Amino acid sequence: MNAVLTPARLGALAAVAALSLSACASADEPGEITITDPWVKAAESGMTAAFGDLTNGTDETVVLVSVDTSASPTNELHETLSDASGGMSMSQKEGGFEIAPGEKLTLEPGGNHVMMMDVTEPIEAGDTVDFTLTFEDGSTFDFTADAKDYTGAQESYTPQEPMDMDS
Amino acid sequence: MPGDATDTGRGLSRRGFLLGGAAAGVGAAVALGADRLVGAGAGLPDQRQAELDAAGLNGARTVTFHGDHQSGIDTPIAAHATYLGLRLLERTDREALARMMRVLTDDAERLMSGEGALADTEPELATVPAALTVTFGFGPELVRRAAGAAAVPAWLGPLPAFEIDALDPRWSGGDLLMVVSADDPVTVAHAVRMLLKDSRSFASLAWRQDGFRRAYGSEVSGTTMRNLFGQVDGTTNPEPGTAGFDAVVWCTGTGATAWVSGGTSLVLRRIRMNLDTWDEVDPTARSFAVGRRITDGAPLTGSREADAPDFEATTAAGNTVISPVAHIARSRPVDSREVIFRRGYNYDVAPAGGGVSETGLLFASFQADVDAQFTPIQRRLDEADLLNEWTTPIGSAVFAIPPGCAPGGFIGETLLA
Repeated sequence: MNAVLTPARLGALAAVAALSLSACASADEPGEITITDPWVKAAESGMTAAFGDLTNGTDETVVLVSVDTSASPTNELHETLSDASGGMSMSQKEGGFEIAPGEKLTLEPGGNHVMMMDVTEPIEAGDTVDFTLTFEDGSTFDFTADAKDYTGAQESYTPQEPMDMDS
Repeated sequence: MPGDATDTGRGLSRRGFLLGGAAAGVGAAVALGADRLVGAGAGLPDQRQAELDAAGLNGARTVTFHGDHQSGIDTPIAAHATYLGLRLLERTDREALARMMRVLTDDAERLMSGEGALADTEPELATVPAALTVTFGFGPELVRRAAGAAAVPAWLGPLPAFEIDALDPRWSGGDLLMVVSADDPVTVAHAVRMLLKDSRSFASLAWRQDGFRRAYGSEVSGTTMRNLFGQVDGTTNPEPGTAGFDAVVWCTGTGATAWVSGGTSLVLRRIRMNLDTWDEVDPTARSFAVGRRITDGAPLTGSREADAPDFEATTAAGNTVISPVAHIARSRPVDSREVIFRRGYNYDVAPAGGGVSETGLLFASFQADVDAQFTPIQRRLDEADLLNEWTTPIGSAVFAIPPGCAPGGFIGETLLA
């Protein structure tokens, strides 16, 4: 259990991190978990996703195992892999995301992301959505993401026709 | 200081000019290019190095977003500008307007600093800000939805109808204005795309007007532009940074319109210039119509652009040297309040029908009070102005330009927060 990761304190830090790219902890003092540019894809209902750069400023490896938000009762941690059919598909990350000290987990469209399975109330552009990340040791980290209209980040992207590699 | 271009931008352009002038232009540029071999010029073929201008690359210049006033008003004018007029969707209410302005403010702030917007699909295009500015304006309908009719300044609405106008709705009105300007058209295109994408949930694009001036580096910064009539256009503009400029431009609203304090108003007029009939006019007659020499912009009674015109001076025959119906005679202030700050751009688009050109001016003026400052001038020009023979206003829009904001705030917060 990492005592540094109190939700209230980290929530405030996340707000600072969202304003400043340089809010990373220095290597000399006990660091924090920070997130930069958190955002969520606006959605009327159903599935959508959240993104941002999560940095482990602590001196221990952390493992992100779950995500909670009041905007969706069920949420998953997803990774994107190429599949046997030659496309890309997304699936739940077994065992969660491990982040070594000083390392960054990039959550982005087409890559690793937080999958929100069942948005109950519409998330509109300019809304803010609160999230709580839970790590393997039970510590948590809160942040607030801005909602943006975004037409990418589709959970399954299947090309209609085989891609023409010459074009 | 709000909206100041970085020192590198202004300083380098001035130094570049002095060096170029002192050491005979091209030679100086080539020499400086060679000096910079270890820097940005390294690795380029010799041919290309000779093309680098004395100031080096200019794309990294940024204009500060935050401040008392929005950027794009008193900041140095950029080579390219796109004016976007949007109509609010039916469902866009006060709450949605606040969300919209938060999103658009964040986009502008990031793009102006040279980074991609949040969720930018092409952040690579944002890395050359080239003095990008984004300026937001509100039409009367937006203000009404935000805070009711009492919040609409008396001057915010369509201008009175003028005899000379032939207004086309496709260039007129609008609820939300965004002006995107930069010295690089790729930067403008990317920022326009990003801002319009992020406004789709709230508004639809009603019109778009693209304008241009001389490219950055082609002339000394601050040179009065020539419009496509060849006329020096914009002499006697108030000088940003002076008390006179502040008095002319910035609003001091009170009560229900206090939200516009520190902001201003924009009048945007799309003025078609008939180059085909202007071609028929010889240089002397052109100068007579303007009241200034076409060659250098000096008043017909003076020798330099900066000389004050003498409207009383007469010819041997007893007529005034400057015609009483010349453009500068009709547009000069009668009342001391009738001063505006102009920030115009040329347009030149594909002609419809059989002509060879569709050309004109995106006339843009900022003033604290449209009714007191702009309209009297326009009324006189409507009554008589020799230039009316060749010019026709075909678009017209008036916007309130809200003040700037501090970090953490958003443009329009004085109305919407």
